[in-house]
Amino acid sequence: MSTAVTGRSRRGTAARGVPYLFLAPAIVLFALFLLLPIGYAGYLSLRKVKVSGLGLGRNSRKEIFAGLENYRTALADPELWGSAGRVLLYGLTLLPVMLGLALLFALLLDRPRVRLARFSRLAIFLPYAVPGLIASMLWGFLYLPAVSPFTDLAGWLGLPEPDPLTGGSVFFAIVNIAVWGGVGFNMIVLFTSLRAIPGEIYESARLDGCTEFQLAVRIKIPLLLPSLIMTTVFSLIATLQVFTEPLTVRSLTNSISSTWTPLMKIYRDAFAQNDIYSAAASSVLIAGVTLVVSFGFLRLVQRQAFGGEDR
Amino acid sequence: MMRKKFGALLAVVLAAGLSAACTSDSGDADQGAQPGGKVELSFWAWAPNIDKTVDAWNAANPDIHVTLSKQAGGGDIVTKLLTAAKAGNPPDLAQVEYQSLPTLVSNDVLADIAEQAAPVKDKFAEGVWQQVTLGTDAVYAIPQDSGPMMFYYRADEFDRLGLTVPKTWDEFAQTARTVRQKAPKKYLTTFSANDPGWFTGLAQQAGASWWGINGETWNVSVNDAATKKVADYWGGLVAEGAIDKQPMYTPAWNKALNDGTLIAWPSAIWAPGVLAGNAAATKGKWAMAPMPQWAAGENKTGSWGGSSTGVTAAGKNKAAAVKFAAWMNADPAATALLIKESSIYPAARDAQSSPLLQEPPAFFANQKDFYTSAKAIAETASGFVWGPNVNVAYDTYKDAFGKAITGRTPFSGAVDTMQTATVADMQKNGFKVAS
Repeated sequence: MSTAVTGRSRRGTAARGVPYLFLAPAIVLFALFLLLPIGYAGYLSLRKVKVSGLGLGRNSRKEIFAGLENYRTALADPELWGSAGRVLLYGLTLLPVMLGLALLFALLLDRPRVRLARFSRLAIFLPYAVPGLIASMLWGFLYLPAVSPFTDLAGWLGLPEPDPLTGGSVFFAIVNIAVWGGVGFNMIVLFTSLRAIPGEIYESARLDGCTEFQLAVRIKIPLLLPSLIMTTVFSLIATLQVFTEPLTVRSLTNSISSTWTPLMKIYRDAFAQNDIYSAAASSVLIAGVTLVVSFGFLRLVQRQAFGGEDR
Repeated sequence: MMRKKFGALLAVVLAAGLSAACTSDSGDADQGAQPGGKVELSFWAWAPNIDKTVDAWNAANPDIHVTLSKQAGGGDIVTKLLTAAKAGNPPDLAQVEYQSLPTLVSNDVLADIAEQAAPVKDKFAEGVWQQVTLGTDAVYAIPQDSGPMMFYYRADEFDRLGLTVPKTWDEFAQTARTVRQKAPKKYLTTFSANDPGWFTGLAQQAGASWWGINGETWNVSVNDAATKKVADYWGGLVAEGAIDKQPMYTPAWNKALNDGTLIAWPSAIWAPGVLAGNAAATKGKWAMAPMPQWAAGENKTGSWGGSSTGVTAAGKNKAAAVKFAAWMNADPAATALLIKESSIYPAARDAQSSPLLQEPPAFFANQKDFYTSAKAIAETASGFVWGPNVNVAYDTYKDAFGKAITGRTPFSGAVDTMQTATVADMQKNGFKVAS
């Protein structure tokens, strides 16, 4: 009797340990490559350098505790707020255009009897496969009036020479690169979810006299909502982290500063100005904002998105 | 379903992190001496074809083996060195531009090699040697090449437009206006808000002095009268449209040089290499002259670029490292290879009279006395003390001048911004700065 009990309990402990055993690799990797770096960034953000004298002798540079000084400086920095404002405007321009186009293409491709469906899908998706850096360089060439084919085109049509890299239009030039690269991915996500909707729903809608347009607006879009929310959250996060495009185009123009977006400012602080401490503080702040914005958005739309699944 | 998606996402992220971790490990192989008394040195450099010089050393010195690791030039290598030194595994030697030396010294990256480097001190002109001592008793690197500035122009276009080579900056401004009148599609040159080193060279020529040491205190005067004079001179030319305002080193700039939209370039001695690479169509059409002067009859220039070989403080074989650095930059066999293979203008005195420099660069085949006049111009380069945060001043230059160009504000205001940012950064870090 007693042996049976111990045997069962032993087996119980072993069984309880098994999930952790399977989880261990993931947990170790998660801790090593995510938690540890985040913790280190948090630690760095509370430190600063103190130089003594000319700073040229050995050991004249010491790392000391700075408290929240780096955070105070970051929050009081007009450059950071300027870049945040720019990214807000960037997001407000980019998100509706990119997701709107993605939704439109997905719906168009999902219509019955579309010609060249596979080709169009691939063609729309292809820009996503081009790395952001290469895309920015390609577009950079197209934007520079001296080397752009659009200059010749405008000349033939008698239009003024387009110069998207000067003044305020540089903003839309950057948005355009992101739209070009982002529509395809979001379209595929939406299109895949459209394909997952059972055909009977459409059939019954059609039997009730639904036109293709009504089908799209009243059936497909509401059923797409979870995917739309997913793509919006991913796009939001990508927006807050916009970096490659403006950094690449920057060398071609006088109109993009080194603090054009928050991440560019962090990059400049850390690598151009060699101040990893304030860069770490700004990183922590931006990570916090990203978390708040994405979870805030999810919370806001949770019921519409996942209400059905919970019940 | 959501969970699965996030699970997959997590797996992808982790896999990416893992592979990144694996690749970053390979850098560790840099260090350490091998058994049998053989010394292993690692060397970071970006000069083109410098591997040929390293190979020559390795062939002749079986007991000190140097492994070259090619790097991106300029500011990138400084960032990488700072990071590597902080992580505890910098290379033994690195190619470093003069203006980055104080930054690296201040961060304890470079070793003081005064003792081991003493024998080669006399091989270099005093002004050049001063660049690697930072005005102290220490020596932080062996000079490799220098970048005295000179005036490059399209001889054929100058002939066609009836222009003479400007001797003063006043004449230069007049020439720029004449170009606009005679050929409205062309510009004499461009002002680049992307190239702080270029502007610093121009300011040096006018007598600017941005940093100075007074006892234990730094003097900072990026916005001194000479710099403001230079800034406002160029700002005036940009404002009246006499010169272009596009940045250098862009596809558009290459095209403008190639198709003759830009017909002159105040640049440095290494310009023939750049022109050959970026404006190949103009081979043989360029000529070189001394820089325009601020006062007639003067004979001055500044420097744009130029680099040295530094030995890192964390390296285990400093003596061997200095031996290699001294050989590479002062030994005639090595400097000959540097001239021939890497097209650099050597800093060592003897190397400047090398027979290899009797012939002009291939791109300037018509100018037989290219290197003879270059040597004379190099003698007139002003000395300059670099501060511990040139990176901040340079970075601010790009933003401030970009803003001044797009906002049409005076360039001297941009120089003031550079001064404010530079001083603020030094004070933040605890440097003593005289106010």
